[in-house]
Amino acid sequence: MIIAVASGKGGTGKTTVAVNLAFVATPRPVQLLDCDVEEPNAHLFLGGQPIEKKEVSVMIPSVDEGKCSGCEECSNFCQFKALVVIGKTVLVFPELCHSCGGCRLVCPEQAITEVPRPIGVVETLQVRDDLTLIYGTLSIGVAMAPPLIREVKALASREVPLTIIDCPPGTSCPVVESVKGVDVILLVTEPTPFGLHDLTLAVDTIRTLGIPFGVVINKAGLNYSPLYDYLEKEKIPVLGEIPEDAAVAKAYAKGELPVYSVPGYRAKIEEIFRNLKALVNGLEKM
Amino acid sequence: MKIAITTTGNDLNSPLCERFGRTPRFIVYDTDSGSFEVFDNSVNLNAPQGAGLQTAQNIARQGVSCVITGHCGPKAFTVLQKAGIKVFLAQGSMTVKEAITAFNEGKLQEAQSPDVEGHW
Repeated sequence: MIIAVASGKGGTGKTTVAVNLAFVATPRPVQLLDCDVEEPNAHLFLGGQPIEKKEVSVMIPSVDEGKCSGCEECSNFCQFKALVVIGKTVLVFPELCHSCGGCRLVCPEQAITEVPRPIGVVETLQVRDDLTLIYGTLSIGVAMAPPLIREVKALASREVPLTIIDCPPGTSCPVVESVKGVDVILLVTEPTPFGLHDLTLAVDTIRTLGIPFGVVINKAGLNYSPLYDYLEKEKIPVLGEIPEDAAVAKAYAKGELPVYSVPGYRAKIEEIFRNLKALVNGLEKM
Repeated sequence: MKIAITTTGNDLNSPLCERFGRTPRFIVYDTDSGSFEVFDNSVNLNAPQGAGLQTAQNIARQGVSCVITGHCGPKAFTVLQKAGIKVFLAQGSMTVKEAITAFNEGKLQEAQSPDVEGHW
């Protein structure tokens, strides 16, 4: 089973839920993929023995000016305006290139070849015998997260029975790339106007993608009823509520895992996981 | 000499547009004859990204020597520089005509580098 932990709003507790889930969920072994490549942080909580480190590159065009006729076919083809032709000079803007390779194909002079552009690294940590973490780190100044996220997911083992994906926040391309192909999405929200607003965006996105999902209300107890009204109206399954608790924040700040240090937390996470499994099993029976 | 001026309007009395990449139109003015032509740039006005460099490419096609605009970001500046087009910055509410006059009188400063970040 592959579970994605996502949220519209940042800071709702995705990583906290994903990391704690990775320790208590079964069957084991579990692999956790940190796809929040712009600011990965699961490794800060988990640590572990480094077992692999891979540089990741994307392909970008390189133009042979000796062959270029200045016809502008490449520039006209590029949807992202990564090539600009001035006379017989082609300026390439690597940060805009989405590596489709189309410019190379349309160039009538065959003046374009593709060269690698490093965008980040993917690292694998053996946290425990029954837990592996794979995480990507995007290089500073690089804005193209999806290719690195694809690489994190490609390095995941197909043999491991349970995969948990810690997604980036939001609802844009990096999130869509992270949840692609998962069996179920666990959406973490918080009972605040911001939490609800961004939850509705996330729900719209996930429904468009057609992936089953349920919601976890983190920091529960803030008495924000519009969230509950929305969940009821939209018939969205609530997998569990994790109460607002200073002990969790203190554990988090120390880099500790609440499942081990906060009384009652482990039971909550186990309950959420049971409900998540029931949701998936229910869908299979339908 | 031909110069391009970014504008929101259709003639010399229109306001100068301070945005370069997402200017709705630009006017190409011939300082020798005093004639001008208006070019639509609405495609780039609505582009998600790469607006500045596409606008720069469009302007370069018109064979101008200079551009007068409000601000110019890094990618657009790179393209204009490569095309040998000088960038002059004019700020505050100015009409196209006033900008041309200021340019002719040598009152506008030539930008030596982009003056704003991308996606400004």
